[in-house]
Amino acid sequence: MMATNHLFKYVLSLGDDSLIIAQRLSEWAYKAPYLEEDIALSNISLDMFGRANMFLEYAAVIKGNNSIADDLAFKRSEREFTNRLIYEQPNGDFAKTMARQFFLDAYNKLFLEQLINSADSQLSAIAQKSIKETNYHIRHSSSWILRLGDGTSASHMKVQSAINDIWTFTGELFEMTENEKEMEKKKIGVDYPGLKSNWDKIVNDIFKEATLSRPKDEHMKIGGRQGIHTEHLGHMLSDMQYLQRAYPDAKW
Amino acid sequence: MTNKGMYPWEVFIQSKTGAHFQHAGCVHAVDKEMALQNARDLYTRRQEGTCIWVVKAEHIVSSNPEDAESFFDPANDKVYRYPTFFKVSKKAKDL
Repeated sequence: MMATNHLFKYVLSLGDDSLIIAQRLSEWAYKAPYLEEDIALSNISLDMFGRANMFLEYAAVIKGNNSIADDLAFKRSEREFTNRLIYEQPNGDFAKTMARQFFLDAYNKLFLEQLINSADSQLSAIAQKSIKETNYHIRHSSSWILRLGDGTSASHMKVQSAINDIWTFTGELFEMTENEKEMEKKKIGVDYPGLKSNWDKIVNDIFKEATLSRPKDEHMKIGGRQGIHTEHLGHMLSDMQYLQRAYPDAKW
Repeated sequence: MTNKGMYPWEVFIQSKTGAHFQHAGCVHAVDKEMALQNARDLYTRRQEGTCIWVVKAEHIVSSNPEDAESFFDPANDKVYRYPTFFKVSKKAKDL
């Protein structure tokens, strides 16, 4: 029983990360700078909703009691969500969305490459399907970091300031909870601190080419995995969960 | 927003290996990498393709519609130019 609880929490946290970034990116629909980018962002959002669905459906199976993925997505409150804080940060301007996305894509590429080797066959299968998507996502986000960083003085300033803003949330990507350590020991989960040096390399290389400077690793904000969120998650959930809260189990 | 520096590009999609490329539409982009990514996002969302070409629209040379009579009308009474008198092998699927 304890073992399934560990696995449930682990899978749920991965589902929460995917769901929350999917919802954030969907907020760009029909508001992006131009048509092609609007569709590109919506595509990435839909990829992440698909990924959230795979993780949450699996989590629901582990949980049992006829629970379904929608229960996990729409009937939990803010404190029960365990996504890391960077995923819930507001879109801000286009530069901020791209900075957040680039950091996450670089991270998820490295994470999924490891998750493919998971002793849990379901997680491994999800990782194999997702890595193809993420390889495209990082191509998209890193080319925008290059364009904005090495673009005009205004675009450079905007993307540098976005990076400075979001940097404080990147440290949490390499933290491990007790549960995650347990999962890693069982070869089900991934060693997050072990991803750091390769992540640094991807980020530093793009920063160098984009003439951007890397902020100092000072204070890093953490807490998402424990359900301690920034003020932004609650507002987002009230939007995302409105229909299920107002009309529980509505069908159409 | 003004799309400063953005040019129209024509997009061609190959539906499967060996098939010819067909015009799918156009996208806006500042350079070829962006054009390719935008084309991928707009025109291959439902697995339409195995390969994409993008060509800057200004590089396409078009005939002038005013020349249509001299270009195309002379062919309209030359039925012998159609290859319809040959039997096509069933194995040649992509003709």
